[in-house]
Amino acid sequence: MHHIYCPYCEETREEEEYSYTGEAHIERPKDPASITDEAWGDYLFFRSNPRGIHHEMWFHAAGCRRYFNATRDTHSYQIHETYKMGELPTITAKTIAADTLAAQQGDAS
Amino acid sequence: MSQVNRLATGGRIDRAKPMSFTFNGKTYQGFDGDTLASAMLANGVGIVGRSFKYSRARGILGHGAEEPNALMQLHKGNATVPNPRATQVELFDGLTATSTNGWPNAEFDIMQWVGIIGGKLMPPGFYYKTFMAPQKMWMTYEKFIRKAAGFGKLSLEPDPDTYDKLNVHCDVMVVGAGPAGLAAALEAGRSGKRVIIVDEQNEFGGTLLGSKQTVDGVDAAAWAEQATSELAGMANVTAMPRTTAFGYYDHNFLCALERRTDHIGPVALAGTRQRVHRIRAHQVVLATGAIERPLVFGNNDLPGIMLANSVSTYINRYAVVPGQRCVVMTTNDSGYQTALDIQSAGRTVVAVVDSRHAPDGRLVEAAKVAGIQVMAGHGVIEAQGGKKVTGAIVAPLDEAGDKVTGAGKTLSCDLIAVAGGWSPVVHLSCHTGSRPVWQEDVAGFVPGPTIQNQHLAGAVAGEYGLSQALNAGIQAGATAAGTECAQVFNCGDESEGAAQALYLVPHTKPISRAPKQFVDFQNDVTAAGIELAAREGFQSIEHVKRYTAMGFGTDQGKTGNVNGMAIVAKALNKSIAETGTTIFRPAYTPVTFGAIGGRDIGVLLDPARHTAMHPWHVANGAEFENVGQWKRPWYFPQAGETMQQTLNRECLAVRNSVGMLDASTLGKIDIQGKDAREFLNRVYTNAWTKLAPGKCRYGLMLKEDGMIFDDGVTACLSDHHFLMTTTSGGAAAVLAWLELWHQTEWPELDVYFTSVTDQWATCSFAGPNSRKVLEKLCTDVDLSAEAMKFMDYREGTVAGIKSRIFRISFTGELSFEVNVPADQGHYMWQKLMEAGEEFGITPYGTESMHVLRAEKGFIIAGQDTDGSMTPYDCLMGWAVGKTKTFSFLGERSFTRPDTARADRKQLVGLKPKDPTVVIPEGSQIVMDPNQPIPMDMMGHVTSSYWSECLGHGIAMGTVKGGLARMGETVYCPLADGRVLAAEICSPVFYDPKGDHHHD
Ligand SMILES: [Zn+2]
Repeated sequence: MHHIYCPYCEETREEEEYSYTGEAHIERPKDPASITDEAWGDYLFFRSNPRGIHHEMWFHAAGCRRYFNATRDTHSYQIHETYKMGELPTITAKTIAADTLAAQQGDAS
Repeated sequence: MSQVNRLATGGRIDRAKPMSFTFNGKTYQGFDGDTLASAMLANGVGIVGRSFKYSRARGILGHGAEEPNALMQLHKGNATVPNPRATQVELFDGLTATSTNGWPNAEFDIMQWVGIIGGKLMPPGFYYKTFMAPQKMWMTYEKFIRKAAGFGKLSLEPDPDTYDKLNVHCDVMVVGAGPAGLAAALEAGRSGKRVIIVDEQNEFGGTLLGSKQTVDGVDAAAWAEQATSELAGMANVTAMPRTTAFGYYDHNFLCALERRTDHIGPVALAGTRQRVHRIRAHQVVLATGAIERPLVFGNNDLPGIMLANSVSTYINRYAVVPGQRCVVMTTNDSGYQTALDIQSAGRTVVAVVDSRHAPDGRLVEAAKVAGIQVMAGHGVIEAQGGKKVTGAIVAPLDEAGDKVTGAGKTLSCDLIAVAGGWSPVVHLSCHTGSRPVWQEDVAGFVPGPTIQNQHLAGAVAGEYGLSQALNAGIQAGATAAGTECAQVFNCGDESEGAAQALYLVPHTKPISRAPKQFVDFQNDVTAAGIELAAREGFQSIEHVKRYTAMGFGTDQGKTGNVNGMAIVAKALNKSIAETGTTIFRPAYTPVTFGAIGGRDIGVLLDPARHTAMHPWHVANGAEFENVGQWKRPWYFPQAGETMQQTLNRECLAVRNSVGMLDASTLGKIDIQGKDAREFLNRVYTNAWTKLAPGKCRYGLMLKEDGMIFDDGVTACLSDHHFLMTTTSGGAAAVLAWLELWHQTEWPELDVYFTSVTDQWATCSFAGPNSRKVLEKLCTDVDLSAEAMKFMDYREGTVAGIKSRIFRISFTGELSFEVNVPADQGHYMWQKLMEAGEEFGITPYGTESMHVLRAEKGFIIAGQDTDGSMTPYDCLMGWAVGKTKTFSFLGERSFTRPDTARADRKQLVGLKPKDPTVVIPEGSQIVMDPNQPIPMDMMGHVTSSYWSECLGHGIAMGTVKGGLARMGETVYCPLADGRVLAAEICSPVFYDPKGDHHHD
């Protein structure tokens, strides 16, 4: 069971207080009428399903009732960070790959 | 019967406290401090059950959680418990136990003939292969086999005990109170951190309690007692014996089952029987130890063949020697300790049979000095005996332990103690997804990498020696507590010889022809079965497991897995590291459903929500329906009425005079802010820009895919203040939906949402006389048809209470809703009932509400829609704004090709051809009932009722392209063979022009 830090409450609380609400940073098209069916379909239905780092929304339903984002590893379930709506993640698959590479090079030297 | 195998002195039992117990109907004696298993062995009980598949006689193998055979049915009547292991059951006076396997009894077993005659016919996959075809026969076979195989019975009476759950937090959680765990807890406890230490046994100490070693010169058991009492003296340490950490979940969350009274009697006399501790720990120290592996040789399942370490434990801890003449078969030094223990208990050690050609450790020398015969380079290749061991066939082996190299000879014995090396208890570490890794030098799988804040100590990490375990423990405790520790333990146990990895003792015959060599005793998996699985093409260890059932059930592969995996690896010509291991799931050992349920049973299973008028409904005989957590009046039967008669009476009252419904459960969301109107524009299909204060509007809410999600009426209280209603079941989801869009996409909008469902009580009364009822109680609002029109909202005083009055209708009749603060709801309901008495006002429930709305073709979102229906699919294009500037949620999806298809399933009315028929809801709809199966499914019936005012059945349903099929006949083939015909029609059956509610 996850232990999740709410960036609004500034507390780590039990997963029971939260609900998962899907991939983060999916922006609603500004002018839906002007985009193609395909683009609208992408927005509606297509989500990434990575094994590893995933940015996703959580809702502190039984707490402050704020939506926020989490960077979570879908394989290990490690939550690397949580951040407020409108903010960008500081940890991504790219930064982790770079850190791993740097660590390996550090080991090698 | 006397305790033939009990020693006169020694052990941690209290001979001054004798206890009697029964096993399979016979009475025996044991002592306080015994387990059921140790007491059975003391009394010479050999057979404890019958095996699952071959129905072979089985005896006690181990002394703890690893025991695969001695599954018991404990206690009687409503307190009966299936499947505890006798090795984990503490004895109390009056305990009753029976075997779970073996029918009619364990000594004489009717299934034995299947084992003997059919043995060769029961390879792995037997059940799948034999009984899946013909499928019809499976039910017959299954009944017989399940009964014969046993595995315990549940009482069908309510559990007499209560159970609890607790939430707990700590800095350091230590699992296991053997040497490593005790050392870890001591160090962490001394640092002042909050520590929890649990152990599944009745006292702390683990292997120390059955050991003859010393810790820094102190007797091992005495050291354990000292450590335990030091922990007990620390206020920051919670020490819980009889507590099994059975699950380890993400982010250092563990569940532990504490058995508070199981050692005292069948039923807790005071307090709760068991509790589940839900523990969130900053740091976890796993000191879960290791389980000794049995050796795989012919007939290795005979009663009288036991794990060597278990034999030592029975001798040293329980003063029980389970045999007179013992052969020890070992692959490592630990078997020699058992030989020494047997000898010092005054029994005969026939020989230590060691697969190693040149064993030379400290214990080997000690055994030789004690005059024990050591047969190096030999193995027990087969056991002899029927219901118990009578001999061991011993033969020389080659150095790799692959082949028998010479003639065997038979050693007469009644006990074979087997020491096949150790398997770390990696179960808990696996629960969080960490895959164990094979470590060649410890010949076992140890916990793999993990992201948990987890530390390992002792045998779980392959640190099998006592000094090693203690030192690893104290360091793990220090690391977990963030301290440093220089203490070093010395137990004088450094000089151990290297172990041999031997997973299958060779036989003179090939595996397939040799006597059965058991790998997994509980699931009756043999070496031949595993080899066969590999030959049949199973390559993945996960598939072999499922095909053979190895490691299934309550056993979870505790004794058998590593041997089995090694045999698979060898058959596939791979290394064990390459083949890998299956992983383990919670629970480590079985957990009672009582403990899992805790107090969340019966009326406490789920909160029940009652409206303010609930006492009135109860007093007036309402039958209730669950709507989410709400208890809603379903109908109000009068004496002698059938349900249908009640519904007919209630519906006619609404149509002809006036009826009243408690509508308090409808979700109510208060929406305020200067952009509230704009927000509504975006989330509803219709336009809200021009809705004036004092007006209401019906709104449809869609998901972005254009499908109906919820509906309801929203009133404009003032320019910046709206009251939204939702379906009773959808209130929470709608609020979360509004918050989602506001917070993620439109934070610039000034709007606030507050759930006020519980704050307001709603009396909804409908019928031609409803205005007259309200006029009697409300004098400050002009209720005339001209002044207060359909879909108007007013604030006024009703029966002296400041109220919100809506003229809205879900019945098709003239109708009002009076909302008052919830604490005055009961009063308002009574006042309205009094005022309506002269008109025969009739309370009605949800069922009549459904009939009345269906007569009008009003949908229930979630019943007539299922997340795949657009407004157009429901003939509700009228509720969609065509000229809204902002592209409201879902609008763009209307023009997607799939959403715009003409042959979508559309909601239509269905009029049964036989007017007396009510088509069952959920019936499938086809166009041609004579089409061969599988028929083309055109849709299904979503709502269906008897309409008393129309005199015939009515229904709504979805039909492919239904709107273009008006007047066509469809058919509903039922499971009972009947086929009901119906005509597709408009869903508005009653008052199609809508005259009534506009009056
Ligand atoms: Zn929060």
